Amino acid sequence: MSNIILQANRLVKTYTQRSGKFGFGTTLVRALDDVSISLTEGKTLAVVGESGSGKSTLARCLLQLQPLDSGEVLFAGQDLAKLSGSDLRAVRKNLQMVFQDPFASLNPRMRVGEIVGEGLLIHQLGNTAEQQKKVIAMLKRVGLTEADMQKYPHEFSGGQRQRVGIARALVLQPKVVVCDEPVSALDVSIQAQILLLLKELQAEMALSYLFISHDLRVVRHIADDIVVMNGGKVVEQGKVEDIYQHPQHVYTQNLLAAIPGKKAVNA
Amino acid sequence: MTAEMNEARPLLQLLNVSISPKKTPSRLLVNDVSFSIAAGKTTCVVGESGSGKSLTALSVMGLLSKQLQLTSGKVIFNDGLLNDNKSGEQDLTLLDQASLRKIRGAKIAMIFQEPMTSLNPVLTVGYQIGESLTTHLGLKGDTLKAKIASLLEMVGIPPSRANSYPDELSGGQRQRVMIAMSIACEPRLLIADEPTTALDVTVQAQILKLLDELKTRMNMGMLFITHDFGVVADIADNVVVMFRGQIVESGTKDEVLGNPQHPYTKALLDCVPDAEGKKPLKPIDYAWLKNTELKESGLNEEKAA
Repeated sequence: MSNIILQANRLVKTYTQRSGKFGFGTTLVRALDDVSISLTEGKTLAVVGESGSGKSTLARCLLQLQPLDSGEVLFAGQDLAKLSGSDLRAVRKNLQMVFQDPFASLNPRMRVGEIVGEGLLIHQLGNTAEQQKKVIAMLKRVGLTEADMQKYPHEFSGGQRQRVGIARALVLQPKVVVCDEPVSALDVSIQAQILLLLKELQAEMALSYLFISHDLRVVRHIADDIVVMNGGKVVEQGKVEDIYQHPQHVYTQNLLAAIPGKKAVNA
Repeated sequence: MTAEMNEARPLLQLLNVSISPKKTPSRLLVNDVSFSIAAGKTTCVVGESGSGKSLTALSVMGLLSKQLQLTSGKVIFNDGLLNDNKSGEQDLTLLDQASLRKIRGAKIAMIFQEPMTSLNPVLTVGYQIGESLTTHLGLKGDTLKAKIASLLEMVGIPPSRANSYPDELSGGQRQRVMIAMSIACEPRLLIADEPTTALDVTVQAQILKLLDELKTRMNMGMLFITHDFGVVADIADNVVVMFRGQIVESGTKDEVLGNPQHPYTKALLDCVPDAEGKKPLKPIDYAWLKNTELKESGLNEEKAA
């Protein structure tokens, strides 16, 4: 059997929200309500759901970018939720993230070379020349050039920026990459390029992806396993083919029925 | 209403429309675009970002930014007097701002992509829906209130929400409010610029259904701008495919989606992931597309080859 590389058990995360007259009252919002998932090594686990379903909160909590209320996140035998400070930083080298908005997630005042190389600098991997080499190799691998190192993010198109974001995440040779809606801000043609690039890189670098998306057509192409979330809860999970062909939960059925152009595709 | 009648007198006709920046008139952002929309039909304009689809829509409303100009072309609007050959027709590009204001909102209405930024956050949604009714139809008091209530009901929002502010509504509800605003004066033509792109799939499906029903009920023409071929398949009667400011292919939905002729259309369709996951994804090879000439003769050359 294949190995589980990242496992989350019974995650709970609540936010308080101001409510009532003048916001004097507060209500608790359960963003994650007893969520358990497991990511198999070298595979892609897609998390799908509508806005407010808790899928981005799940991503952030897995990487400990937000503290959990309770639950454990197991990676390489360690519970990430219990780590802190330097221990957590050391583990983060293996857990990287690709963000949704390629316009907001790159520092506009840094050159692309600096953006991609920053992780190597922080984790002190190799000397300057080696870091430089790694950055160049990574940029080339994602379809950019050595000359692009000197450019600023605004000089690139959305698709190219997303390539920079991918290079930044992968230059550290992580084990797990969390992709939070990596293609939803892109044109379909660019979307296809980025999806194929992600798939190629997965095979080359033995990456495991946690792929967050609301687009079930995209998920179908990239994922092996799938988790459907609604209102902070996991309503259904399983193999992609099983869920697409025999969705058990009403919410999943509704999601699948709402895919645009479905009628035409079937016809 | 027969198809022939619509063919004879389309609701809207764009004839050789070109748009360029004022500073560089030779750089055509929209290049010689012509198509027409019939009453009760939906024409989808599809293309990637930068293909000129939104500019084309804005030019219909006379809403181009000050840096841009209409270098050539006509936008012929036929105001619904379908039995009369001539009187309804007018070229929107020749109208002054005052006459355009009478048409905007009343005869031609527009829905934008982002429902949060298109609504005024400090006014109730009821007030915002009522604005165009007061301006164009002079409704006041109880008649106005009743009309607002019936519009909200028509788009599936409880009429009691008329006193709500935009931030109290969800994204889908806000887009419904936008739709209620746009159809308030029963326009002949509705321009929808990516109205569902910011919404969840299930909400998107509801909004598309609503727009389609309203179109049929009110016999509106609809100019629908999207980049999503799935949406096109759901809602379009006719499809116009744009690439770098030019129309590369147009026809009925079945023609364009079922039997695409231009290599760009084929390539664009190939990179849409299908829900069955059977079709491999194929990104567009732009280098190859550059070689297939896009100018006027582009289509014919391609067919001959």
